[in-house]
Amino acid sequence: MLRRLLNRLISPFDPWLTALVVILLSFTAIVMMSASPERMQAQLTNTCIGLGIMWIMANIPPQRLQALAVPLYVVGVVLLLGVEFFGEVSKGAQRWLDLKVVRLQPSELFKIAMPLMLAWYFQQREGALKVLDFIVATVLLGVPVGLIVIQPDLGTAILVLSAGFFVIFFAGLSWKLIVPAVVIGVAAIVAVVSYQDQICADGVQWPGLRDYQKHRICTLLDPTTDPLGKGFHTIQSTIAIGSGGLLGKGWKQGTQAQLEFIPERHTDFIFAVISEEWGLIGDLGLMTVLLLIIFRGLVIAAGAHNVFSRLLAGALSLSFFVYAFVNIGMVSGVLPVVGVPLPLVSYGGTALVTLCLGIGVLMSIARHRSTNQS
Amino acid sequence: MEFKPPEQEISRFRTRVLWASVFVLVCFGLLVSRLYWLQVTRHDYYATRAEDNRISLVPIVPNRGLIVDRNGVVLARNYSAYTLELTPSRIPNLDQTIDELAKLIDIQQKDRKRFKKLMEESRTFESLPLRNRLSDEEVARFIAQRFRFPGVDIKARLFRQYPEGELASHLLGYIGRINDREKKAIEDDETRAPNYRGTEHIGKSGLEQSYEEVLHGVTGFEQIEVDAGGRAVRSLARTPPVPGDKLVLTVDSKLQKIAEDAFGDRRGALVAIEPGTGGVLALVSKPTFDPNLFVDGIDSQSWDALNTSPDHPLLQRAIYSSYPPGSTFKPFMALAALETGKRTAQQAISDPGFFWFGGHQFRDDKKGGHGSVDMVKSIVVSCDTYYYQLANDMGIDLIASFMGELGFGSRTGIDINGESTGVLPSPAWKKKRFKTPEMRKWYAGETISIGIGQGYNSYTMLQMAHAVATVAADGVMYKPHLVQYVQSSRDDKRRPIEPQPVKRLGYTTEHLATIKRAMVEVNKWGTGARAFANAGYTSAGKTGTAQVFSLKGAEYKTHAVGERLRDHALFIAFAPAEDPKIALAVLVENGGFGAESAAPIARQVLDYYLLGKMPQGAAPEQPGAE
Repeated sequence: MLRRLLNRLISPFDPWLTALVVILLSFTAIVMMSASPERMQAQLTNTCIGLGIMWIMANIPPQRLQALAVPLYVVGVVLLLGVEFFGEVSKGAQRWLDLKVVRLQPSELFKIAMPLMLAWYFQQREGALKVLDFIVATVLLGVPVGLIVIQPDLGTAILVLSAGFFVIFFAGLSWKLIVPAVVIGVAAIVAVVSYQDQICADGVQWPGLRDYQKHRICTLLDPTTDPLGKGFHTIQSTIAIGSGGLLGKGWKQGTQAQLEFIPERHTDFIFAVISEEWGLIGDLGLMTVLLLIIFRGLVIAAGAHNVFSRLLAGALSLSFFVYAFVNIGMVSGVLPVVGVPLPLVSYGGTALVTLCLGIGVLMSIARHRSTNQS
Repeated sequence: MEFKPPEQEISRFRTRVLWASVFVLVCFGLLVSRLYWLQVTRHDYYATRAEDNRISLVPIVPNRGLIVDRNGVVLARNYSAYTLELTPSRIPNLDQTIDELAKLIDIQQKDRKRFKKLMEESRTFESLPLRNRLSDEEVARFIAQRFRFPGVDIKARLFRQYPEGELASHLLGYIGRINDREKKAIEDDETRAPNYRGTEHIGKSGLEQSYEEVLHGVTGFEQIEVDAGGRAVRSLARTPPVPGDKLVLTVDSKLQKIAEDAFGDRRGALVAIEPGTGGVLALVSKPTFDPNLFVDGIDSQSWDALNTSPDHPLLQRAIYSSYPPGSTFKPFMALAALETGKRTAQQAISDPGFFWFGGHQFRDDKKGGHGSVDMVKSIVVSCDTYYYQLANDMGIDLIASFMGELGFGSRTGIDINGESTGVLPSPAWKKKRFKTPEMRKWYAGETISIGIGQGYNSYTMLQMAHAVATVAADGVMYKPHLVQYVQSSRDDKRRPIEPQPVKRLGYTTEHLATIKRAMVEVNKWGTGARAFANAGYTSAGKTGTAQVFSLKGAEYKTHAVGERLRDHALFIAFAPAEDPKIALAVLVENGGFGAESAAPIARQVLDYYLLGKMPQGAAPEQPGAE
């Protein structure tokens, strides 16, 4: 009886993912004790909620999720429109929708709803894919991403866009389109870096981006232009990382972290605290765990039983990678500061719940791959 | 697109997963290379940056060294007091804040004016004093309401104080807040710059300025760990400051006081030097001023008063102002005559009361002349005709070279700044001084009045006293100095300023004896006799009167001439004549005859120095009395 109950509790958890997530969350707790001890209790609460949601999601079979795809997407777009017209302004951006009962940040929803919707669409078109389907998928992706960009919330837009793009990529988007897109992207970055003086001049408007986003990118290109403003984040985090050296200064011994030189040190910039106190060794350990989670997700995707599960699992795994890459990239000063958290490590309930939800979905796909094989 | 079997689709998917894995690995590889660059390659650089972030070096300003006179009387010291300080950059509405503060603390109009002046001179992020020397009650009242006043603070500071007030202010000088020009000079000097971090005051004049390096001390530092907001977290290390060294002067402050008081309300200068060491015993410039006014920025009212006064109290008359020496020049002329062989002591002239030269009559001040005059008599009765002739016989070049050797016309090198060279007239000097060819030419007639200390002659009282001391010391010239020794604050070791014989002029003993005898006789039965009646020691002297205004042949009547156009009165002296302990030169501006106004001042100084006698009418000595 007891054994059956225990079995019922444990069986939904994918052993690999569970082990990796537990290792990561335990490490997070240790780091948080140093970075922001007063938030330890909240962090533990969030962790428990996250693990609970992971378990619940792992219990929901992929078919059920498939049925949720369209309604979630439609509701999500309606809420985003609501934000656009009735949303609250906070920190210069309109991200929140106050529904009297709950305050929602609908853009967060799309981190899951977007790959869900596209995976559902390609599942419907299974075996009869046409070029038109990719156009439809691009439109389905473009609408919410566009609405998130104008909020503006560049970090979330990047995560939603990449999650959606990965579905389309795994669905079989022609290399003939991918290769030119990559080439254009690289060329654009090279152009921006070479002409930063001109395009970063005052009064130059960038299409589609707000002033503060332009400022962020310009500061990244040359942080010294604004050492006490936006550039301060990047300068201080690179100092923290660099001063950590190979072995780190030791737990709670990081001067940049403890003396509050690192801004947002418990949220977006927590990687700087880890680098300072745990050194390159700690960074490599952390990145190994992150990499293993991503690869475990891709393995689950490769073994999934239908198009929907494959595409969803693949996209969720790679968006976990985007989180990690963009966050570490911005904290170490090679990417603009766009407000993407370090997955499962940065403090913050919403992000943690979303990520656990995604991992729970991966676990569900892993668990149900054999049972419903037709 | 045609139908694709699921197997084909699955294998294509798996290929893409493989590609994605490669992409993920490449991206992580890029991040790792970036981290390697930051944490291994550039680790030292960033480690230093992190240390610079957290460690702040806070300077600890050393106590400034004391200045005491030769008997240990304190002339400059420090005391601790509370100041009310404002940081203008942190105060949105300055005037309103000061109005509010005035309700708690007594703030006068002059405090506001001084604060405005300080603000103009400094940068806004500096903390500037609004009021000094707060009472305990005022401090308590402010502390209770401190929260209402961001950017306002009370600080305990050391203040410079000159307890004797106006006494010796010209030689002590004063300190004041470092101005922009001084700040720049300090910052440009790599060895001084670190020592002046945190220092707000610097010597502006007098000894405070010339011994700045000794008095300042060595700034200590405290290493403090600070957080990102600049708040101190803890102290890491501390290097204590080394207080400035003590200056012990050669000056006798009581003598200085007697000399200053002897002038009364009159303007003038007096320099007294110890022959044989060059130590300055008194250096007076009247009127004086209160150096305490300058310490924390002088208020505009006091500043205007000092600057617009016709008496120019800030003028350093003892070493900066130069005056024609008048007849006090004669003993030196006589010595020159003997040394150059142009006269013997016995050679006498017959004085008709005037000297004709080039169709111009040079008059003696005694109508009808002094009769037969030899060298000693020429000094004792101050016979002009003797010196007109002598000057003519010697010629300007010989006079200039002899007087130049005695220090006339060049700085003595005393240890305070602001000394002027005076004017030792010579054809070369005239050529340099004037522009037009006519003016640049030396006329033989000009040599004649040089002989009696008039004409272009112009010397500081320091130069005069210096020359008297040199003669008194039998031709050995010592560099005048105000500081006897510097006492180290670390180990109390004394670094004496050794008497430095600058040169030995090698005058013949007989010649010196003649001049000294003549000067002794001046005070016995000559022009100084009245002032030195019943002195109780043998003194040597010479009176002098320097023309301020040329009367062109008209009779000089004291009362007919405006006070400021009256002649300057001079007196030089040394005593005891047989073994000189003190040599001096006095000048009273517009004092008339030297015998009347200058000689009595010299008498009071010599009486006190040699006999310990207080001047008549002076208050009996009381400890702590002004």
